[in-house]
Amino acid sequence: MEVLVFLVPLALTLGAIGLMGFLWSLKNGQYDDLEGAGWRAIADDEPVSEERVPSRGSGRH
Amino acid sequence: MQATRDFSHYVRHLGSGLSHIDLAVEGVNCAGCMSKIERGLSAIPDVTLARVNLTDRRVALEWKEGTLDPARFIDRLAELGYKAYPFEPVRAEAVETEHASFLLRCLGVAAFAAMNIMMLSIPVWSGNVSDMIPEQRDFFHWLSALIALPAAAYSGQPFFRSAWAALRARRTNMDVPISIGIVLALAMSVAETIHHAEHAYFDAALMLLAFLLAGRYLDQSMRRKTRAVAGNLAALKAETATKFVGADEISVVPIAAVRTGDIVLLRPGERSAVDGAVIEGQSKIDQSLITGETLPAKAGPGTAVYAGTLNLSGALRVRVSAASEGTLLAEISRLLDNAVQARSRYVQLADRASRLYAPVVHTAALLTMLGWVAIGATWHDAIVIAISVLIITCPCALGLAIPAVQTVVSGAMFRTGVLLNSGDAIERLAEVDRVVFDKTGTLTLPELDVTNAVDVPKDVFELAGRLALASHHPVAAAVARASGARTPLAGIEEVAGQGVRGFVNGLEVRLGRPSFCSADQIANEILCRDPEASVVAFRHGEMQHVFAVRQRLRPDAAAAIATLLKTGIEVEILSGDREPAVRHAAEQLGIHEWRAGVTPADKIARIEELKRQGVKVLMVGDGMNDAPALAAAHVSMSPVSATHLSQATADLVFLGDRLAPVVAAIGFARKALRLMRQNLWLAAGYNVLAVPLAIVGLATPLVAAAAMSGSSLLVILNALRAHRGAREFG
Repeated sequence: MEVLVFLVPLALTLGAIGLMGFLWSLKNGQYDDLEGAGWRAIADDEPVSEERVPSRGSGRH
Repeated sequence: MQATRDFSHYVRHLGSGLSHIDLAVEGVNCAGCMSKIERGLSAIPDVTLARVNLTDRRVALEWKEGTLDPARFIDRLAELGYKAYPFEPVRAEAVETEHASFLLRCLGVAAFAAMNIMMLSIPVWSGNVSDMIPEQRDFFHWLSALIALPAAAYSGQPFFRSAWAALRARRTNMDVPISIGIVLALAMSVAETIHHAEHAYFDAALMLLAFLLAGRYLDQSMRRKTRAVAGNLAALKAETATKFVGADEISVVPIAAVRTGDIVLLRPGERSAVDGAVIEGQSKIDQSLITGETLPAKAGPGTAVYAGTLNLSGALRVRVSAASEGTLLAEISRLLDNAVQARSRYVQLADRASRLYAPVVHTAALLTMLGWVAIGATWHDAIVIAISVLIITCPCALGLAIPAVQTVVSGAMFRTGVLLNSGDAIERLAEVDRVVFDKTGTLTLPELDVTNAVDVPKDVFELAGRLALASHHPVAAAVARASGARTPLAGIEEVAGQGVRGFVNGLEVRLGRPSFCSADQIANEILCRDPEASVVAFRHGEMQHVFAVRQRLRPDAAAAIATLLKTGIEVEILSGDREPAVRHAAEQLGIHEWRAGVTPADKIARIEELKRQGVKVLMVGDGMNDAPALAAAHVSMSPVSATHLSQATADLVFLGDRLAPVVAAIGFARKALRLMRQNLWLAAGYNVLAVPLAIVGLATPLVAAAAMSGSSLLVILNALRAHRGAREFG
């Protein structure tokens, strides 16, 4: 049962990180256009404005 | 005079040396369009951001301040094949977006807390039957309390605020029992924890919050999406004015940038966007949008011009007396306000259900408590059981019942070309037993059409069409459209108030008044047969033809009306137009009840009269003169070509040239109302099963959780059936 002292805070921290992530993505407007976001994920060639993403191909799926 | 376009009114200056503009774009509906537009716009130098929002059909653009003219983006989009207009987000829309994201935030917090507390509850549930020592159980309960209390305080705000507001106004709404249930459950759980009891209800309280917030968010997102698209439509109609910025210099500006006292140019074929008085020029104007009268009226210096008026023949200079708020508009909006207030007494289905629901639940809980005390239980046990009754009757299925159906149905309506302006419009539309149509622009198409096209030889028709392209006059425009002509004739001269003329292969061609083409006799014959048609004559050398032009009924008007009559809905026409025109339309459509020459006040009076007889009226209209009647009716609908005011007033807006969406919308609404009622019964049914368990004290947290989620899921699944809505109307 001593393991709980370790596991419970860990579980709560993980949950809190998830919540932070959600709030962060919400604030960044990632839920504004759910329809478009779905299509963007599968578009092969997305226009990239130079200032935002310096090198093409990095972090694109 | 070539006008410059000035969109600076729409540009927002961001702090970091960037400018921002939002454009509403027509025809964006796939991923292909999205990347094509973004690529096309990003290619312009100095553009730092071009992002398409596929949900709202908009483009957000940012560029280095002062380097680009926004008009260039619109030209670029036109090259790419999209029609775009600058767009000013309405304040109401911004507030709504903010509220939606607040709800989503609350939902996130509640869901996070509910999941973590459930994780802590599982060891407690299983520990209660095995080897958990009381200290451990208390530790888990305290931990749950630590998560639940702040989370509920934050994510419960939408309910607590609304419940508090209702209580202060000495009313009750759905949020009152919700808030009482949640607060009691939390308070009782804390008390139980302090007393080292076996059960606490933190998990139930938070799960209830999460489900209810999901319902609220569904409701909200439905409204937000339709409002965004409706807002685009308003922008796509591009209400602009041609303003004099110097003695002879003009500029096209958005209406919002026009002030009282400005002078605007009203060219032939153009619709006025302002109220004002003519200071120079002679013309004929068509006031049908305002008065319903289709015959043009003379206009000269001193004549008052209203927004929505169509200028037919000559250019006018108009001094603006009111741009966005005006005399006539003020009068109409006063009527509007009264009518809207009268309607706001309508009680939504959800509210009616909750009015019944709250006292029943609270009485049941109270009786349970007293009953247990009466048969010898301690006060403590009795209160615990009473609270479990409150929790298990949680209105989460009730909270999801209506919004879930609304969301599905609004999506289905959207695909048939109907936009919803308000959520409760569905319920009101379902109750309709009489449809009142305006004629001009509603039963008929907003544009004119040539009726005797078959009598005129094809080559003559085409030549006339090419000549007509040179004129702005709406009757000429109808000829041009009907002939399908694409290439205008060169060297055409306009004779003010008469028509246009030019030369083709050495022969003179003329298009205009019958006297201008010496075709009075033919014109009179046509007018004898069809007195409400307008005529335009064409002369090629010595050969004369006369085109009869009139408003044409929407292509499926007769079929749509027949469907309505067949399903037992009565149909009536209320029009400001002249009697013969209305009689003709009514006879063609098989409508027996019609009134012609009615004023906006008459329309309201008629609708009030129908209301007093207990008839639920759907008003369908497009003109500014219809706006008050639209607001007065039980529920209202406008075509997308309607004036801005009418569209803003109408509960629903339909797209396209056909009348079928009106019929389909009624079908969808009826189906939706049935599903909403079913859902309320499902929610009630679950309570009937679960409440006895709670009353006899068997409601363990597990039972409560199962009942709650089960009923919510069932309600959502049932709502999905609304997709296959309007089968009954074909």
